[in-house]
Amino acid sequence: MEGVAVTGMGIISAIGRDVEEAHFSLKIGKDGISYPDILSTIHQNLPVGEIKLSNSELSEILNLPEDHAYTRAALLGVYAIRELLENSGMERFPGDTGFISGTSVGGIDKTEEHFYNYKENVADRKYIQAQHPGFTTEKIAEYFGINGMVTTISTACSSSANAIMMGAQMIESGKLKRVIVGGSDCLTKFTLNGFNSLKILSENKSRPFDNEREGLNLGEAAGYLLLEAEDQMAGENILGRVVGYGNANDAFHQTASSENGEGAFNAISRALKKAGLSASEVDYINTHGTGTRNNDLSESVALKRVFGDHIPEFSSTKGYTGHTLGAAGAIEAIFSLLSIQNGKIFPNLNFSNKMAETNLAPVTEIKSKHIETVLSNSLGFGGNCTSLIFQ
Amino acid sequence: MSDLHTELKKSIIEQLNLEDMEVSEIENDEHLFGDGLGLDSIDALELIVLLEKDYGIKLTDPNQGKEIFNSINTMADFIEKNRVR
Amino acid sequence: MSKVYINGVSSVSPQSEEIFENQSSKSYYQHILPALDQDYKSMIKPMMLRRMSKAVKMGLFCSKKALLEAEIEKPDAILVGTGQGCMQDTEKFMNNMLESKEGLLSPTSFIQSTHNTVGGQIALDLKCKGHNMTFTQNSVSFESALIDAMLQFQNDDINNILVGGVDETSYEFTGFQKLDGQIKTEPVNNLELLDSKTSGTIISESAAFFTLGTEKTTKSYAELKDIEIFNSIALENLEEEIEDFLNKNNTSVLDIDAVLLGKNGDVRFDHYYKELQEGIFSDKCQVGFKHLVGENNAVTSYAFWLASKILKEKKIPEIFKLNALHCKEPGKILIYNQYLGKNHGLILLHSL
Repeated sequence: MEGVAVTGMGIISAIGRDVEEAHFSLKIGKDGISYPDILSTIHQNLPVGEIKLSNSELSEILNLPEDHAYTRAALLGVYAIRELLENSGMERFPGDTGFISGTSVGGIDKTEEHFYNYKENVADRKYIQAQHPGFTTEKIAEYFGINGMVTTISTACSSSANAIMMGAQMIESGKLKRVIVGGSDCLTKFTLNGFNSLKILSENKSRPFDNEREGLNLGEAAGYLLLEAEDQMAGENILGRVVGYGNANDAFHQTASSENGEGAFNAISRALKKAGLSASEVDYINTHGTGTRNNDLSESVALKRVFGDHIPEFSSTKGYTGHTLGAAGAIEAIFSLLSIQNGKIFPNLNFSNKMAETNLAPVTEIKSKHIETVLSNSLGFGGNCTSLIFQ
Repeated sequence: MSDLHTELKKSIIEQLNLEDMEVSEIENDEHLFGDGLGLDSIDALELIVLLEKDYGIKLTDPNQGKEIFNSINTMADFIEKNRVR
Repeated sequence: MSKVYINGVSSVSPQSEEIFENQSSKSYYQHILPALDQDYKSMIKPMMLRRMSKAVKMGLFCSKKALLEAEIEKPDAILVGTGQGCMQDTEKFMNNMLESKEGLLSPTSFIQSTHNTVGGQIALDLKCKGHNMTFTQNSVSFESALIDAMLQFQNDDINNILVGGVDETSYEFTGFQKLDGQIKTEPVNNLELLDSKTSGTIISESAAFFTLGTEKTTKSYAELKDIEIFNSIALENLEEEIEDFLNKNNTSVLDIDAVLLGKNGDVRFDHYYKELQEGIFSDKCQVGFKHLVGENNAVTSYAFWLASKILKEKKIPEIFKLNALHCKEPGKILIYNQYLGKNHGLILLHSL
């Protein structure tokens, strides 16, 4: 077998309902950050990357019956995979297609909505199982008739990056010829209040890597890739390849990243080793860059440790979409592939001053460049760090 | 020992799940973090919530916590000066 | 790829681990079975223990015991399967958030609500910086972790992996499972669960962790051959899928000595097992476990513990048997499980 090819992709996020719309927003520097309309919350002062489609609008687009039990993450997931199926050139997914999805909270939107209703309202009880992440994955699988290997990874903010990694390994080992990988997470009161209690949400648009950054904005999205064994492809076009991956645990703290960026350093080093590349061969880095004091510093230190004085050009795209948690790794994988296909580095929004500690500056204007190799980082709670390399 | 000191110790034991600990085991000048009681940064976030809930004090800069949460004495002093309830 | 051996095992469940030796089962007249309390303080520092929910405690406790047995200090990877994750903390934060109408909230329970809390806490305790993954796919969560273990062992740097399954119960969330028909409504005794003629089952909490390694040791229990999972299987295709799985592993139904079946007394879905009991496995030794430890999303990790013990001790205690057939020296065991007719898992183990 020759490699792991990406032969389809689909995305829905605050900056567009398909790959083309997302690409357009990235090019012109237009973010999707707004105050919450669809999510019902008292925190109207907290900016979010919200997709301005209600659940009923999504259900209608997807032709679902009125009494369906899809969670919002499942609706977004189906929406994105419909696009993926279309651009892979296949009519339907062959029976041996696997499905590995990442999500942090799955269907907890349904639990918070119906928590007090279950005892009284029989009709709402179809959502009781929806709380658990596997349910959302099963709903998506059901929509596309995927009956074989279906699983869910939930490792907080690195969930979908890990799904991509596992999918690539399944193909390399010959266990699967074809697998849909990625993730979906929607905005919920649970996560918004949770991150707010950690005091890491910004009341302004997030400013990744800026010295005065004051926190992140949450977002919602779904992004999926179709991975295929290159010598047994059913898809028509190769959009890119997964050549390296690595996961490592920071083993430092439940939520905070270590000062020396140990986890990220190990994840990047493992990904480079797997790809058989030296650090100098990386053309661009799509960073995790959430805009929190802790993450951006720790990630910068890790970059310095890996790349020394020759850090490749980098940017965080979270200023566009917000931090989409379990979906972040997948949508940033798609942005990375768009960078390769179009020879463009998409800018890091809202940056003005370098961090005093590291003196690093991301790319802040769209830039044309021949790009062969992109590194994409996803770093999560529980010290879970993942790096992917695309070519 | 003032009532505030005892009250603080009680709520710290309760809020931070220090189940096996007695009020009498916490010294007024003992470091709450590091080599003293051994609290960590998650506890610090809990203490910020405690200040706001019980005494109406909102910390705007989380870094302020480092000095305020040094010991029961420093916490009590800060609360006396800033409490709104 | 080199062979994969089970070199250390540990389980916490509604039954004591000694049940394998002395067959003294605990009988419950309740629908939700708690895992037996352990001496957690013997393994976990009090300052760490104070914030841990049951799932984290059980997971870390079993992990340390499984590593001790295999004499491995630090594994190269940590893989956890948990269908429902840290429900107790999720419920706590949810309750506080809804009751206070999104008021001032303390963050600890939110931090601990993420599904990878158990895996993260084990890594933190062991200072293990290796590959760390958490799978949450209903009843195949543990099987998914095993699949990842096999993938990681293809890497030459990986020699020992800690893998396990854990699920806890919580007051409201587990209670909801009574409302949607997952839990039986009439009183039931766990020991009579498998004869039940009604829908639903009994829910429990459990954890089981294992040290897998590429080296056979004097303590090795068995060899892990392969795992496969299916989102759905039509009843009429079940036997064929199982035969395909066995063929892929150069074996067949003929060679299997015993099957561990996830029967849970739910009349709506137990026909999947009945089909096999009366079909391809009718002349094999049939083994059950949910009448002892109940049902939960990670309970196949208990079955994996049981299979490991059976293959090492070369006996099947009567209390687990579903039929009267004997099997002198169990050599090949297949575990088959599903929940509510979905998320089917197959695990194949060989004796050494």
